[in-house]
Amino acid sequence: MAGKIGESEQSAKYVGKAVNRVDGHSKVTGAATYAAEHKIDDLVYAALIQSTIAKGTITKMDTSEAERLPGVKVIITPFNAPRLSSKSTPSGRSLLLLQDKQVQHDRQNIGLVIADTWESASHAASLVKVSYKQTEPQVEIEKHATYEKLKSTTSEIGKQISAAGHKRGDFSQAFASGAHKVDQIYSTPMESHNPMEPFAVIASWEGEHLTLYDTTQAVFATRKTVAEHFDIPESHVRIISPFVGGGFGSKLSTWSHVILAAMAARKVNLPVKLVLSRAQMYGPVGFRPKTIQRILLAADKNGKLTAIRHDNINETSHFEDYVEASTHTTSRMYACPNLITSQNQVALDIGTPTWMRAPGEAPGSFALESAMDELAYELGLDPIELRVRNYPEKDPESGLPWSSNSLRECYKVGAEKFGWHKRNPEPKSMRAGKDLLGWGMAAATYPTYRMAANAQVTILPSGEALVQAGSQDIGTGTYTIMSQVAADTLGLPIEKIKFELGDSTLPRTPLSGGSMTAASVGSAVQLACQTALNSLIKTAIADQVSPLYQAKAESIVARDEGLYLSSDSKKGERLTDIIKRNKLKQVVGKAESKPGNEDEKYSMHSYGAIFAEVKIDSDLVRPKLTRMVGAYGAGKILNLKTARNQMFGGMTFGIGMALMEHTLIDPKLGRIMNADLAEYHLPVNLDVPNLDVIFIDEHDPHINPLGAKGIGEISITGVAAAIANAVYHATGKRIRDLPITIDKIM
Amino acid sequence: MHPFKYGKTVDLKEAINQLGSQPKANLIAGGTTLVDLLRLNVVTANHLIDINQLPIANIEIFEAKSSPEIGARIGALARNTDVAMHKQIIKNYPLISQAILSGASPQLRNMATVGGNVMQRTRCAYFRDTAVPCNKREPGSGCPAIGGLNRSHAILGTSESCIAVHASDMCVALVALDAQVLLSGPQGERKVALVDFYLLPGNHPEKENLLKPGEIIVQVELPHSPFAKHSHYLKVRDRESFSFALVSAACALEIKNGKIVDARIALGGVATKPWRALDAEKLLLGQSPSEGLFAKAGEVSILGAKPQKSNAFKVELTKRTVKRALLAAVGE
Repeated sequence: MAGKIGESEQSAKYVGKAVNRVDGHSKVTGAATYAAEHKIDDLVYAALIQSTIAKGTITKMDTSEAERLPGVKVIITPFNAPRLSSKSTPSGRSLLLLQDKQVQHDRQNIGLVIADTWESASHAASLVKVSYKQTEPQVEIEKHATYEKLKSTTSEIGKQISAAGHKRGDFSQAFASGAHKVDQIYSTPMESHNPMEPFAVIASWEGEHLTLYDTTQAVFATRKTVAEHFDIPESHVRIISPFVGGGFGSKLSTWSHVILAAMAARKVNLPVKLVLSRAQMYGPVGFRPKTIQRILLAADKNGKLTAIRHDNINETSHFEDYVEASTHTTSRMYACPNLITSQNQVALDIGTPTWMRAPGEAPGSFALESAMDELAYELGLDPIELRVRNYPEKDPESGLPWSSNSLRECYKVGAEKFGWHKRNPEPKSMRAGKDLLGWGMAAATYPTYRMAANAQVTILPSGEALVQAGSQDIGTGTYTIMSQVAADTLGLPIEKIKFELGDSTLPRTPLSGGSMTAASVGSAVQLACQTALNSLIKTAIADQVSPLYQAKAESIVARDEGLYLSSDSKKGERLTDIIKRNKLKQVVGKAESKPGNEDEKYSMHSYGAIFAEVKIDSDLVRPKLTRMVGAYGAGKILNLKTARNQMFGGMTFGIGMALMEHTLIDPKLGRIMNADLAEYHLPVNLDVPNLDVIFIDEHDPHINPLGAKGIGEISITGVAAAIANAVYHATGKRIRDLPITIDKIM
Repeated sequence: MHPFKYGKTVDLKEAINQLGSQPKANLIAGGTTLVDLLRLNVVTANHLIDINQLPIANIEIFEAKSSPEIGARIGALARNTDVAMHKQIIKNYPLISQAILSGASPQLRNMATVGGNVMQRTRCAYFRDTAVPCNKREPGSGCPAIGGLNRSHAILGTSESCIAVHASDMCVALVALDAQVLLSGPQGERKVALVDFYLLPGNHPEKENLLKPGEIIVQVELPHSPFAKHSHYLKVRDRESFSFALVSAACALEIKNGKIVDARIALGGVATKPWRALDAEKLLLGQSPSEGLFAKAGEVSILGAKPQKSNAFKVELTKRTVKRALLAAVGE
């Protein structure tokens, strides 16, 4: 039996190592084909028309001037759009698809022009004159969820999603009798994903069969949603997405432009390409909603938490519920017998929010980990000591044991690396030259998810292997780590592995979200490789000529491009010899790997501790982040290079969240006013200091066959709080409203 | 983007003729502002006249002996990078070099020209979005920034019609150093002080400068500067690089025998045009440099400010920025 990666560390040649990206060359040379780059014959181009108001009714769309432009083929508006299937309610998002004349948010897609060049289409789109009957939009959550209202009771505000809350013990009594307390409101702004690659799709019909070249984090979900909207079988839809230039959650959903592109392609009976501009992505393709969170903490005189309450309110659209689950983590982060959490929404005249890197955890950890810092000061305790005193030995919500939990080691290792012991806790006490110096820390966590996944391996007579899984590589290194897993399992050099993904005709896998691709697809790839090998082993031990004739299957391992006895490294032969002698065309292994009932036995999460240093000029007060150290226990790290890369990305995401990201809506017009990368600030190189990432050597036999926990999202979690806590330490000012900008510190 | 005619010219007179004879003609040099605005449909041009080949890209430095009035002539087509990296500019006018290097990115500075930078349009989000009203873009349509999102907007030189901030860094330094612009047009050449070249918005924010139809900026002239030893450009912004100023200050001092004999304070990021804080300058004359004095200059520099709801912090931030720029100018 071929060895499992988690079990035979010494035999792993690639897994766990800093392996270069197998697709790196194709990306830096431009050979990697992103959605908009597929060469399709007879392609025509679509340009979106978006609403310029946030609420109202379209009374007229004058397309006459636009239609007269040369090259314009058709202009689709709510006045002439094909009616879509009303037989069933399609899965996925509630999409606004030109089926009525209502405008429900700024930059709602209200039409599209199809022309034979992109230039004609976009020019024509700008000439369409839209008349509206406008209504005053409501876009300010603060008007509906004021501080005073929050102070009285959160649950009366907005729509309460009670299922999303937690309750244990008697919060009210415990809080009332608490010795040390914190009761504060925290808020995080609307933030936009801004993946480097804009949303793009090419839609091509052949009869009733539709092919979509789409940039998506979910080829199978896209297939389902599209099929339902056009009332055709899923088997008639193919989604192709070999490369995705970032998504950060925004590309998990199939948004309206995908359906509209397919609608347009059917209308003109030609393949249609639609690429959204940067500005067109602020509204109709999701964003992280603004959150307002109230946290109440009580602790006894020894710093043991006795009561926790965390209420979250977030904005959503009028046409779809969306809960930013900011309080989820709170229920199990600290040992505390009395707890209440709630999650509420306020519907506004905005687009529907969506998951953005660590949805819930990112804004929630800002509030909780800031509040813990406030409690530490209230108690006069070191913030790490406070957290250690409240470390839960088992999951305080479910009562289950941890599958593994390295949180205390993260504190220890991170603090050592950062030099935390040199910290004077007194605010404004430390200096770097003339600047104020601030050191802050926070804890981080993210659940370990896994879903059923399939993979197929084909070992060819050449000794190479083709490994396939639907999946997606959203820039995280899926091609690379899957190739590593396959190479180690099959005992082949990684150059002999060809990994294919991003196609709904390949074996079914889950979406690339929730930091679960490595665990889900990796486990399937490993199993498929083992299945293929088992078939070859069977052939070998039945083959009188083979050195492995009549050997026990369990005693055979795959290595050095062959099968060998584990007890006698010389006894065995090359895979190609077995295949050739037995005249096999190829050896195929198919497998599905899915979670069992481990989640009933264990509580499974990644943990981390982040340390941040800021320097702040006492006059000009802009916090300059100068150092950050993150220590993480995230199970088996499959590729040190891509993993560090992903952690850097997430930490940088956290820097943006802490210090600059903010999607600005005009309160009267309801219009997003910084819909470009000049005005929507993301960190530039100078804003990102040396980042230090430490992975704790963590072995978790319970979570999945690879022992990998996923790292895409824990990397942003806690960063904003660590920086906010450092700003407090430097200045004595507690900023509870992100982003932390000069005006707030002054 | 609307289609337009594109042509190059190598002759200044021809450029002036073409520009003056057509209602929707625009000059294009580096294009770093114009191309943006064309894409946004904020500017719709029928004809782009590419002037990159006009012979007005030289940077000339003069000795006081041979040229008592003029210390430097910078051609309108000199690239921002070439000016900022010019050895004599760095030596004689370090303020200009610092200001240019604090703006945009290397790629943009390599394209952007001095004349184009003088003509840089505001970054006001309402101006740059044709979906919303803007008095500057569409006279009489209103100013949603007043009462709207105005954290980045002006507190000096504003009017009931417009609070858009002038976005340039370079021009703040130029104004501090009494730069003049040489204009060439159908009626010949004329020279105006850069600070007067810009108009306050008043009731006509759409009229931003003194340029007459067909007039082209051909050159920026600088007097000899006694400030090279004691000057500093300080820019405060929301991130380390590649963002516009919340507040900037170009400060320059001439110090003789421990006393300030000449002083310049110009502000960016807070006013509707590059702003000279003349009263604050006067306050410094004859005084010895000190933190207290500089703090007072900061206070005075912002007198008369009219803050909005979200940009009130700029009043205090400007005071501090001026103080710090002056301190830096004397090496502290």
